Amino acid sequence: MSREAVCISRRGFLAGSAATGAGFMLAMKIPFGSDAHADDLPPEINAWVVVNDDDSVTIRIARSEMGQGTLTGLAQLVAEELECDWDTVQWEFPTPGQSLARERPWGSFSTGGSLGIRSSHQYVREGGAAARTMLIAAAAKQWQVDAGECSARDSVITHGPSGKTLTYGTVAATAATMEVPDEVTLKDPKDWRVAGKSKARLDTREKVDGSLRYGADLTFPGMLHAAIHACPVHGGTRKSVNASKAENMPGVHKVVEVGNDAVAVVADSWWQAKTALEAVDVIWETGAATEVNSESIDQMMVEGLSATEDRIFVGNQNGDAPAALKAAKKTITADYRFPMQSHAPMEPMNTTAIWTEDSCEAWVPTQNGEAALEAVAKAAGLFPEQCEVHKVILGGGFGRRGMHDYAIQAVQIARQFPGTPIKLLYSREEDQRRGYYHPLTHARMTAALTDEGELDALHIRISGISILASLRPALQAETLDPFVFQSLGPDGDPPAGDHMGIYEVPNLLIDHAMRNIHLRPGFWRGVNANQNVFYMESFLDEVAQAAGKDPLTFRRGLLKSQPKAQAVLDVVAKKAGWGRELPASHGLGLAVCKSFGSFVAACAEVSVIDGKLTMHKIWAATDPGYAVNPQQIEAQIFGSFVYGLSGALYQEMTVEDGAVVEENFDTYPSMTLAQMPEVESTVMPSGGFWGGVGEPTISVAAPAVLNAVYAATGKRIRHLPVKDQALA
Amino acid sequence: MLKLTINGETREVDADPSTPLLWVLRDHLDLTGTKYGCGIASCGACTVHVNGRAVRSCVLPASAAQGQQITTIEGLSSDASHPVQQAWVELDTPQCGYCQPGMIMASAALLEENPSPTDDDINSKITNICRCGTLPRVREGIHRAAEIAAKGEQA
Repeated sequence: MSREAVCISRRGFLAGSAATGAGFMLAMKIPFGSDAHADDLPPEINAWVVVNDDDSVTIRIARSEMGQGTLTGLAQLVAEELECDWDTVQWEFPTPGQSLARERPWGSFSTGGSLGIRSSHQYVREGGAAARTMLIAAAAKQWQVDAGECSARDSVITHGPSGKTLTYGTVAATAATMEVPDEVTLKDPKDWRVAGKSKARLDTREKVDGSLRYGADLTFPGMLHAAIHACPVHGGTRKSVNASKAENMPGVHKVVEVGNDAVAVVADSWWQAKTALEAVDVIWETGAATEVNSESIDQMMVEGLSATEDRIFVGNQNGDAPAALKAAKKTITADYRFPMQSHAPMEPMNTTAIWTEDSCEAWVPTQNGEAALEAVAKAAGLFPEQCEVHKVILGGGFGRRGMHDYAIQAVQIARQFPGTPIKLLYSREEDQRRGYYHPLTHARMTAALTDEGELDALHIRISGISILASLRPALQAETLDPFVFQSLGPDGDPPAGDHMGIYEVPNLLIDHAMRNIHLRPGFWRGVNANQNVFYMESFLDEVAQAAGKDPLTFRRGLLKSQPKAQAVLDVVAKKAGWGRELPASHGLGLAVCKSFGSFVAACAEVSVIDGKLTMHKIWAATDPGYAVNPQQIEAQIFGSFVYGLSGALYQEMTVEDGAVVEENFDTYPSMTLAQMPEVESTVMPSGGFWGGVGEPTISVAAPAVLNAVYAATGKRIRHLPVKDQALA
Repeated sequence: MLKLTINGETREVDADPSTPLLWVLRDHLDLTGTKYGCGIASCGACTVHVNGRAVRSCVLPASAAQGQQITTIEGLSSDASHPVQQAWVELDTPQCGYCQPGMIMASAALLEENPSPTDDDINSKITNICRCGTLPRVREGIHRAAEIAAKGEQA
């Protein structure tokens, strides 16, 4: 059978029936069950819900699962409205190709910005409710009764007057043919029984016995392994390659050129490929970027702190901060800095691809399946309709897997081996060298107080890298990057208001001198809120100190119009015993913000003894509006402290000769249990809005700890990472 | 030909003797539960047991593992019933899960050596990293696994 014929039959099939699974083109059996669906398909009630013969329910999840728990949370929201038995819920990933063929019934696949649940809760709940309505209608039809007399719970439909019951599985086939309801009424969250509860994750068991296959673990018959080395100076190109030694090494099939800036070895095993790659001599063309190093980058950023060029972007303002600062008797000013950081997910970048002249299939650990399909098709020289991307559970993402450079490379290699599955896996070193780093910025903070010690004016000048400018170079010269102002921005409807600055300042100016470098920036868990909240919350402590005021009192004074921000702040202060007498060399520090739509606060207790920092405990509070799975929100809060404090304390990508220096975890360490403080979290959903939970807490982690360091020692840390800076 | 004893079975592998055990497990034997994270014994994702002790398999030449009893996550139990696995499920410890086989193997080896470790014991013995940040539930999980194991012994 020709591939074309298979493709056509697939499309026809999908138009009217359930999603099919992996390997439809090449009849490959993928070694995990999540997006595989047998030929003999149980009825799909709608895009979200399949009811199986045994009454179990399969819920489709379009967003990516990378540890953040979105898969379980979204399933809870569908199940809540579906009124199915939660204990029978299974899940599967629809593929981007199915989405394309069916005109996007699942909406966006993009998984970032802590948006997974908050941007799709409405339509996934509607999907569940519509399926329930159709199941009930099917039972009513069978009983010849009015559907209004029937109700459903735990996958059982009951006819009220007669007490007759039918299970979902018995009416599923009929339900699939029932009219799709025009509108459905969603439950009031206060009536939730599945959502809003601390349900166990749906993907745990296979993560404790080694059976879950991540992208890096996939194996196909005849598969070859690829190791890659791309130009470490981003933007550089490959000038010449000498592969004569490598080509004769054991297991090596071929040394191949990839794009214009990389070389790869394809071998029988990855270790052989990696070993041979080290024997390949490559000369790169890197141009002026070779002159760039950390010192030159910092000089560029420092220059931006006082720059007066035309192209200074104003992200937020009210009153007249420059005039108020000029008129002030006394101003307080301080310069801060936040480094470049690599995402370093535990699973290095990888993709497995198989290419032929008229098809390409790729298994991509991606945070955005649809974008991955576009990237794969483009690299394959084919139309998206001729390609397919299979989603897998990710071994961490943190923003890195929203970019698809590694998928493109895998396809570029696979094109040189038609019909052979190629698994490209980055080494950790390659993963570090070819990152999309957390943007480096500096900030100059300047404030003026009234005679009564109230904050009268604040100017924040950010000088640094713009992620958006890197993604859209054509716009770079004249376009403001709103992401630069995350958690310092103006109020407004989401998404803008999701990152509003929470403090009321009579005269405020926040502006940005854009300073870009050749190394690629990217969305790093927490993104720009991380440095902005570190700047703001650290400096507010400095200003409170100058005003002779308690940091908590001072903040509360500026939060009169933000009761939800004040509430999370008050909770952490109360739980931490703010104001209590502390042991010698101990200090408490606070931080609060709104980011990714949620209000978060932290209070840290640390001690510094003989210059050694110990983080004893952190009290954290999150108001995400609605809490779909409180225990998973707690897990995200814990994780945010690990990720955020690893960054704040230890991690920095420095630059020499245009390339990054830190290539592995020995020079780019991550927190271990010995450093991890106890964390007590309070999840306090107040309703009325939907905020994210995967990222916000990161931004309060560093300032809470470093404000506590100041309280303990009088030493103000303004440059991150803390690394080897003296703390006393 | 390398001769290795893995999860109680003798396996013959045609690989260069200097190949790290990790890559023999993954690419030659399709035991992919043991993960690659760094290749320099820094992250712990590749932790296996060699004669019951936690070893980072990414820097151990396969030749050096010959004649030793090697246990991987696939062989820790046949049904996820090891106390550490039970505790991990009970507490929903994994997030992305990629580091967890290594974390579980390191924790199981610790409990084998020290059935009721203190926090300080855990801090000094479990140095695996987890980028998602499961550390608090790893600590809690080790304590919980110690309880489960102790109860199991009594029963």
